[in-house]
Amino acid sequence: MKYVDEFREPEKAEAIRREIAKLCHQLEKPIKIMEVCGGHTHSIFKYGIEEILPEAIELIHGPGCPVCVMPKGRLDDAIAISQNHNVIFATFGDAMRVPGSNTTLLQARAQGADIRMVYSPLDSLQIARDNPDKQVVFFALGFETTAPSTAFTILQAAAEEIHNFSMFCNHVLVVPALKALLDNPDLQLDGFVGPGHVSMVIGTDPYEFISQQYNKPIVVSGFEPLDILQSIWMLLQQLVENRCEVENQYNRIVQKSGNTVALQAINKVFAVRDSFDWRGLGDIPYSGLQIQPEYAQFDAELKFTIPNLKVADHKACKCGEILKGVLKPWECKVFGTACTPETPIGTCMVSSEGACAAYYKYGRLSTIAKRTIAQKPKLTITQEPLPACGFSSD
Amino acid sequence: MCLGIPGQIIEITNVNHKLAIVNIGGVKRQVNIACIVDEQHPPEACIGDWVLVHVGFAMNRINEQEAAETLQLLQELAAAQTGIST
Repeated sequence: MKYVDEFREPEKAEAIRREIAKLCHQLEKPIKIMEVCGGHTHSIFKYGIEEILPEAIELIHGPGCPVCVMPKGRLDDAIAISQNHNVIFATFGDAMRVPGSNTTLLQARAQGADIRMVYSPLDSLQIARDNPDKQVVFFALGFETTAPSTAFTILQAAAEEIHNFSMFCNHVLVVPALKALLDNPDLQLDGFVGPGHVSMVIGTDPYEFISQQYNKPIVVSGFEPLDILQSIWMLLQQLVENRCEVENQYNRIVQKSGNTVALQAINKVFAVRDSFDWRGLGDIPYSGLQIQPEYAQFDAELKFTIPNLKVADHKACKCGEILKGVLKPWECKVFGTACTPETPIGTCMVSSEGACAAYYKYGRLSTIAKRTIAQKPKLTITQEPLPACGFSSD
Repeated sequence: MCLGIPGQIIEITNVNHKLAIVNIGGVKRQVNIACIVDEQHPPEACIGDWVLVHVGFAMNRINEQEAAETLQLLQELAAAQTGIST
């Protein structure tokens, strides 16, 4: 498939891997790199990238999975909206099994709520056209990648004057989350693999503060295995050369100034909230989006009564610390026992892009756990041939 | 949730609503192309373009030249490594 298979060729991966090993040798110290985006976390585990990197490189999985950072209280609000008798509640499948305080959207559907999974927000608008006697509410969530599609859907609804349609808006912004992480003294990082598809919308300019104010390099990366390996290689080159810059590996998709049309749609439809609650990270100023007063008729928060309560996470669940990169999934007592993808307690196990689900699904626990639990991020680069890495080409 | 899939625009189905058919690995889907059209690129000019599709929207064009340059760099790296090991 064009623009997919070409970025999965094992011999090229092997070449970058060797270059990464050389750079690690030059650095002579352990390196911690955070991949911000849940899509990267998923790819890293799917292709076994962490296992083929030198032991001196530790990948920290960041808070860039929109389902994982959804606080329990907002889920309760979504479920409350869905339980109105005249409501059809439309959501991406990712959010169906995320636990609220007492139940999930999936369980609410089993108990009679009309909850439908959609592939696109435009599908939910079609449901509204087809059901004029019902109120259709779309569960809008995601970072800046998804925000333009929901903005265009509201603009379409406004143009067609569809009055039985609204959105429960939970869009979040990546830059305030990165600032919150960088201000956390518990987290020591050497650089970032930056989100590819958020950057496709916002561009690479908004990350300049990371290199200028926090002196960390960041490389915006694509999602194929060669993309991620090349991004790590570019980050290490910066560290070896004592540079810290914003670089773009994913330049086939991402432009420096982003997508102007998409940004205009976001700014037209949404305003930045004063504060938004994130699971694990707490309240972060100016980190969420709400619907502009001009489009208030499409704002489900104004149309429906919602509990609007903050609810603490389950005591045993360490999703918060995992999202901040402070703990690894297996350091949570319920990981793989009480908390599994079938019976998730925390969001990191629910979403396929969550770190817990990725560790669980792809079975990388043994190797990585041995490495980290032993607390031996020492250099073990040798001149011996490295084993072949076999990327699948599915 | 933030993943996207490359596909090629093969037909414009509704100019007013900016809808097009995209071929994604052999599967044809209707997507919205509002994010990639402007005065320089009206819908009719989008046929044949490779785009990244995310939740039913074509989010950006794929820059063929940049993709080729990245692959060329990776190819040179692999060739250099082969040279070292033989």
